[in-house]
Amino acid sequence: MTETVTLEYARGASAASLEGDDPLHGELMELNVGPQHPATHGVLRLKVTLDGETMREIEPDVGYLHRGKEKTCETLGWRKFFVHTDRLDYVQPLMNNCGYALALEKLAGLRVPERGQILRVLLMELSRIGAHLIYLGTTGIDLGAVTMFFFCFNEREKLYDLLDAYTGHRMNNTYIRIGGVYADAEESLLGAVEAFVDQFPSKVDEFEKMLTGNRIWYDRNHGVGVLSKEDALAWSLTGPILRASGVEHDLRKAEPYSGYETYEFDVPVGTVGDCYDRYLVRVEEMRQSARICKQAVEKLKRTRGGEFLAEDRRFVLPPKSDVRHSMEELIFQFKIVTDMSLPKGEAYGAIESSKGELGFYVVSDGTSHPMRCHIRAPGLMNVQAIPLLARGRLLSDMVAVIGSLDFVMGEVDR
Amino acid sequence: MNVLERIRPALGDLAARSTTSQEGMLVLEIAAQEAHDAIAKLRDACGFETCTFVTAVDRFPAEPRFEVLWQLHSVANDERVRLRARVNGADPKVPTIVDLYPGAAFSERECFDMFGVVFEGHRGLKRLLMPEGYDHFPLRKDFPHQGIEPDRLYREWDARRHQRMPDEPTVGRETLS
Repeated sequence: MTETVTLEYARGASAASLEGDDPLHGELMELNVGPQHPATHGVLRLKVTLDGETMREIEPDVGYLHRGKEKTCETLGWRKFFVHTDRLDYVQPLMNNCGYALALEKLAGLRVPERGQILRVLLMELSRIGAHLIYLGTTGIDLGAVTMFFFCFNEREKLYDLLDAYTGHRMNNTYIRIGGVYADAEESLLGAVEAFVDQFPSKVDEFEKMLTGNRIWYDRNHGVGVLSKEDALAWSLTGPILRASGVEHDLRKAEPYSGYETYEFDVPVGTVGDCYDRYLVRVEEMRQSARICKQAVEKLKRTRGGEFLAEDRRFVLPPKSDVRHSMEELIFQFKIVTDMSLPKGEAYGAIESSKGELGFYVVSDGTSHPMRCHIRAPGLMNVQAIPLLARGRLLSDMVAVIGSLDFVMGEVDR
Repeated sequence: MNVLERIRPALGDLAARSTTSQEGMLVLEIAAQEAHDAIAKLRDACGFETCTFVTAVDRFPAEPRFEVLWQLHSVANDERVRLRARVNGADPKVPTIVDLYPGAAFSERECFDMFGVVFEGHRGLKRLLMPEGYDHFPLRKDFPHQGIEPDRLYREWDARRHQRMPDEPTVGRETLS
């Protein structure tokens, strides 16, 4: 007769119930994690006070990637800062471009033509898919699902090909300008986007098959880093993290920009607010993004040949072909490149990025150099919440918490 | 109903000092010392659950030099409000709001780091992005913009740092006390 051995996993068990088994309980130890550590997703340093294996206190230390972006904006001027916005959250450069452009357009009182808005939505939603794929891939590899990394980057590679075909770059695209986008999309690109978007939901199903019901994935995420609705709001958290805690708030619905009110999509909301909910919310967001992309492609087919860039020679460069023949256009180009100034005043432009509310608060004194450009980085708020979510849990849960908060240090440190 | 009408009963005479910014957002002009009370009223009586950012603008060489800005967001009502206080350059001080919004802690630290604005009552107010004990406040307008100058300042500070005794306080720390 064989003896059956039941293994009691510490599933969902609180740290307090584990302390009895911990031979090191009661001896505090300071542990330095990072700034160079694969699980911190960049140059984040954490000072952890450990009691046995339980984290008693965590202090995030940021700033290792600080490049003075806000100061740089004051130096470079409004237009030239676009390339720098790419380097904020470098997994979704087009999203950052758009947030910055929206703030400037609010200040300038500029309206973007319909086709320009549709192209922006298409680029932003493709970026959102790309950013969430990074989340899924890296969190997967951190928690032991190595295959996920290759699955996700396979899909992301296809996305890169699309962006490469359209913008000419795989990363750091800088394709969104004040007043619209740099160039129109070709017909062949729309076909390629459609082909990608059509097959993508089945890939998401495949990801879900790998993870959603996976025992290890479930145990490592479920009940870990639980965040209540009230805490999420008080700690300035936004985006998928806020939604996973049960607050139905999406800037695309609440304060529509770039014509998001004309698209049909759902906003997934979590119930518990743990790492597992944050995972489910992001997975569903990828499906919804694909849905929006499909609608955007349809709209682009309808508006073929339309304006994609506003015609305002105070802020928008004239087409290069005209500059070669027209003296007037040459003067406009010279003025814009050398000292484009925005009207005096202040404006706040915010978008729903893949990490949360990405806002640009810009102040102009009427000259060609910005008075101030404050970047409201959602990632910084996400890093701030690490102690709140990880305190009192085992050190190994830190990896799940960091993964589910999903920040990019380029944006956190700016 | 617009934001101002909704918050007017709770705010009283503060609401009289409101303007609207270019993009149509309500801006309340307040004195630095009444910031905490005003924000507490907005949070408790008007339902502004979250603080979007705390930052400053340097109007050097004008005086009062700094504008400190708080932007609050009511997720339930889809409303935003911005508060602005002007503080002088010699001793820039505003009360902290970390007791109201724990999420404002990093924003306040960043504002202190970049402008040297002290948030009174903020325990653990220290530099966020620049190295601890750094001599300068980089986003102030009198900090050099470009060229070799910022680099020189950093190198000089770095060289001095290694000569110092480890316990000796530095300029950045003096500002804290």
